[in-house]
Amino acid sequence: MTEKTEVKIPLSGIGIRHKARASIALIGNPNAGKSTLFNRLTGLRQTTGNFPGVTVEKHQGTVELTRSAFNLIDLPGIYSLDGTSTDERIAVDVTLGRVPGTERPSGLLVVIDATHIYQGLYLLEQLLELQLPTMIALTMIDAAKANGISIDTDALQTALGGIPVYPVSSISGHGLDELKEGLEHITAINSPAIPASWPEFSETAQQLTQQLGEAWQRIDVIQALLQTHPDYAGKLSRQLGTDTVANLRKNLFGDEPPAAVEARHRYQWVKGVIADVQVQAPLYSKISARLIRWTNRPWPATLLFFAVLLLVFQAVFTWATPMMDVIDGASSALGRMIIAQLGENAVSSFLADGVIAGVGSVIIFLPQILILFLFIIILEDTGYLARTSFLMDRVMRTVGLSGQSVIPMLSSFACAVPSIMATRVIPDRRDRIATILAAPFMTCSARLPIYALLIAAFVPNQSVGWLNLQGLVLFGLYLLGILGGLGTAMLLKSSALKGPKPHFMVALPEFRTPNLQTVAIKLFDRGRIFLKRAGTVIFFVAILVWTLAYFPRMDSADYHPDPVVTESVDQTITDNARAAAQMEQSWLGRIGRTIEPVFKPLGWDWRVSSAVVAGFPAREVVVAVMGTIYAVGSDADDQKLSEKLRSAKWPDGRLIFTLPMVLGLLVFYAWCLQCAATLATIRRETNSWRWPIFAWFYMTGIGYTGALVIYQLGSLL
Amino acid sequence: MTLADLAPGDTAKLEKIDTRDPGVIKLMILGMVEDITVRMENIAIGGDPLEVGFFGSSVSLRKEQARHFKVTRITPTPST
Repeated sequence: MTEKTEVKIPLSGIGIRHKARASIALIGNPNAGKSTLFNRLTGLRQTTGNFPGVTVEKHQGTVELTRSAFNLIDLPGIYSLDGTSTDERIAVDVTLGRVPGTERPSGLLVVIDATHIYQGLYLLEQLLELQLPTMIALTMIDAAKANGISIDTDALQTALGGIPVYPVSSISGHGLDELKEGLEHITAINSPAIPASWPEFSETAQQLTQQLGEAWQRIDVIQALLQTHPDYAGKLSRQLGTDTVANLRKNLFGDEPPAAVEARHRYQWVKGVIADVQVQAPLYSKISARLIRWTNRPWPATLLFFAVLLLVFQAVFTWATPMMDVIDGASSALGRMIIAQLGENAVSSFLADGVIAGVGSVIIFLPQILILFLFIIILEDTGYLARTSFLMDRVMRTVGLSGQSVIPMLSSFACAVPSIMATRVIPDRRDRIATILAAPFMTCSARLPIYALLIAAFVPNQSVGWLNLQGLVLFGLYLLGILGGLGTAMLLKSSALKGPKPHFMVALPEFRTPNLQTVAIKLFDRGRIFLKRAGTVIFFVAILVWTLAYFPRMDSADYHPDPVVTESVDQTITDNARAAAQMEQSWLGRIGRTIEPVFKPLGWDWRVSSAVVAGFPAREVVVAVMGTIYAVGSDADDQKLSEKLRSAKWPDGRLIFTLPMVLGLLVFYAWCLQCAATLATIRRETNSWRWPIFAWFYMTGIGYTGALVIYQLGSLL
Repeated sequence: MTLADLAPGDTAKLEKIDTRDPGVIKLMILGMVEDITVRMENIAIGGDPLEVGFFGSSVSLRKEQARHFKVTRITPTPST
């Protein structure tokens, strides 16, 4: 520890950054308000990373207190310490200082949800076996009060043997100052008393630890006895003799699994404590509570679910459009201004047509993506999303998955990348992989631009009954994605990923009002990630495509325009014709011509093929590339582009964009995998190359086949 | 009778638990142990999964896991 000189803090309390000295672990049940408290305590002074070797996110931050600062590490939400899930193992390992690169905590801040102290106290009792200085933050006190629950914190402190309990409301900030004051002294607190909930076990552990000597820590003994850590269990048997250990276990657990016996003992004790400290006032059913109960019943809940989906769907389109127009206009204006300033040359083209048009065509989707994420984050924060897994479990089981796959699949409608990461909650590995491979089928927000473009250009804007034909086609495409995803899951689960029927137990959280600060932070994070991707992958692809399209420069001597063009008075036509000719003989054009035969059976000419291939790193690029290739300049004005598409012809005069071809193209987009970020995420989450490679070939394969079939059959009709 | 035999709205006391199923143990870790009172909150369309409430929490579980929990019913099934 570094030596610190005394720093006199002025009365106004100006915060002076202290060098963080020690680590405190923030630990508690899922949905207990840990993240909200973490954000409250660290503000924006937090970083996100990964624990080495596992796909568990590591959130760390600095808590600035009046006289000191701490490093606060946010551990994944867990229900017990002897679980075998990755989250639980990481939480234990961090707390014991067994994770390289993460400092061992000198104290624990246990977050207990006041509306769920039953489970919270169970975990606490297990944590007390670790004998680290411990403090309790009792959260959700507002919600508790609203439910008629009142907790006598003094009685609770006494029942726990003197562990300080700090009631806090993360939303209002009530109690935070006292908590922070308490945190200043956390390392000065003595180790807590041995937990009282299972005396026979705790005493046995104590005796053994003393008996075994230096090499054994108390927690190692505990993990050995409970058989939650195979190394220690083996070591114990070797040191004391297999028979001795077997007898010990028989005395403690009988013939039952240790976890069951532990649960039984500790929860009996917790029940007693709750009887002493918690008072539940009789709840007279308020109308609002009754209403929520009713919407929880299966049929109303399912209908509500579809209503919510419809709402999100609508909002993404209608709300986003004005914002998108603004961004579109701004980038077009910027491009024109550059050309005006610099004249028509390579530099101005690079900036206007390459950078601004390319990246701009992606940034334009920021409003849509933010709206989508906003809904998902709010639904998640209110606890509603977890309930959908309960509703949809039956549907999921028809394809061999469980309700826990619903949330990742729903998130895929925004973007597959975070949803693939969200599959971490699925305990069964086969289920998880099946969900990961199904997720990219769900119509992500990046597919919207190309859908919107093609539908606007080729689907007539008419009404079918009281529905709009264009909207109907869009809905059909979404459906196609869902069917593709579920179908894939079913296929995999009945063959390569066949396994035992998945368990399904989730603790269903209560409904609660979303915390605006948490929502804002998460949304900001998502927006940042999106822009970062736009700034890197898509930026490079756009520049690359531009370079390939711009070079080599066409020699005027080689330009032989059609007499129709030379005689035309309209400057746009002559400009566009020249630009098209330039495009054809550029590198991009030559590459396009080479690959044209591959896609000709689908009815695509070299321009469409080039645009699609260029879109493989990131779908969003396709619209920009189409714009470049069809030579409408940097405006990427969809109106003009759609006209161009409608009139695009083969050399022999036939229209390129016929109905079967367009439908085929749409199906191709619905099913093929065109996203480097998704592939990278699949690789990371499955820890192998096998699955992303499989996903790419599989999805592109059926996309190609689908487009082929539709075009060929459609053209025959 | 077991947990799987309850109707929505029923309350019951958990009597004996068959701990051989790992899924059951996970439920015990969440607090479903002997001697507590539970309430059948909800049954999904199709009869599975079930939502069971106790001590202010709700847990979702499959019918086949519910069969491992023997109960004695406290309130009769509502007539509707």
